[in-house]
Amino acid sequence: MRLEYFQMIDRIVDFDAATGRIHAKAFVPETSPVFEGHFPGYPIMPGVLLIETMAQASGFLILGLNGLSRMPFFAGCKKAKFRRFIEPGAELDVYATLAHDGSGFAVTEAKIEQNGPVCDAELTLRVMDFPAPELVETMRERVRQIGLTPVGDMA
Amino acid sequence: MSSTFDVVADVIAQTSEIPREKITPESHAIDDLGIDSLDFLDIVFALDKKFGIKIPLEQWTQEVNAGKASVEEYFLLKNLCAHIDDLVAKKNA
Repeated sequence: MRLEYFQMIDRIVDFDAATGRIHAKAFVPETSPVFEGHFPGYPIMPGVLLIETMAQASGFLILGLNGLSRMPFFAGCKKAKFRRFIEPGAELDVYATLAHDGSGFAVTEAKIEQNGPVCDAELTLRVMDFPAPELVETMRERVRQIGLTPVGDMA
Repeated sequence: MSSTFDVVADVIAQTSEIPREKITPESHAIDDLGIDSLDFLDIVFALDKKFGIKIPLEQWTQEVNAGKASVEEYFLLKNLCAHIDDLVAKKNA
């Protein structure tokens, strides 16, 4: 994770296009300015960043399924539950499953585990044409970095 | 068996905070009920699941934005229900 750059996903463990599932790894840094404020003397991952982590796993799932043809943007979060605190240095397993492929949107069920449940939520993402060509290239580079091979991507 | 309108109205009432009795076939989803685009995604998600269809929301929005269809064509509830019936019929054909 590079919290200050909002890069939450480090590696894709498994992407199964047939079932619409993705499993990713996210390594919480040992130090970050985020932990200086959240909280002094008791550093834990902010819940909103755990939601963002689930949203990014969901986004990579959608990018994998659509072959980087359109960009998912986080639009909604329901039923979010945080079941335990996450400390610096934690290794997280992030899972997302496609619950619905709608017209211009997708819904996923996502969760994070670390030797047991950490958090889970139902997420909605708008799926739109890429608004800028450089974003396509950035995402193409990102999926390569984390080891995701999108459907139809033979490169 | 519930009519398409009853299902749609129930979904809208459950998804938004609009009292069920205020929702009629003549209601305009945007102008009368004040449903915004994000709430409408939730409604479409629920309707897609209930009817086993994929409401072509993007296409409808593009048609409205391009002036090829009126807003009422898709967002007046009786018209929305008619389009849902068409989509269900096509699915079952």
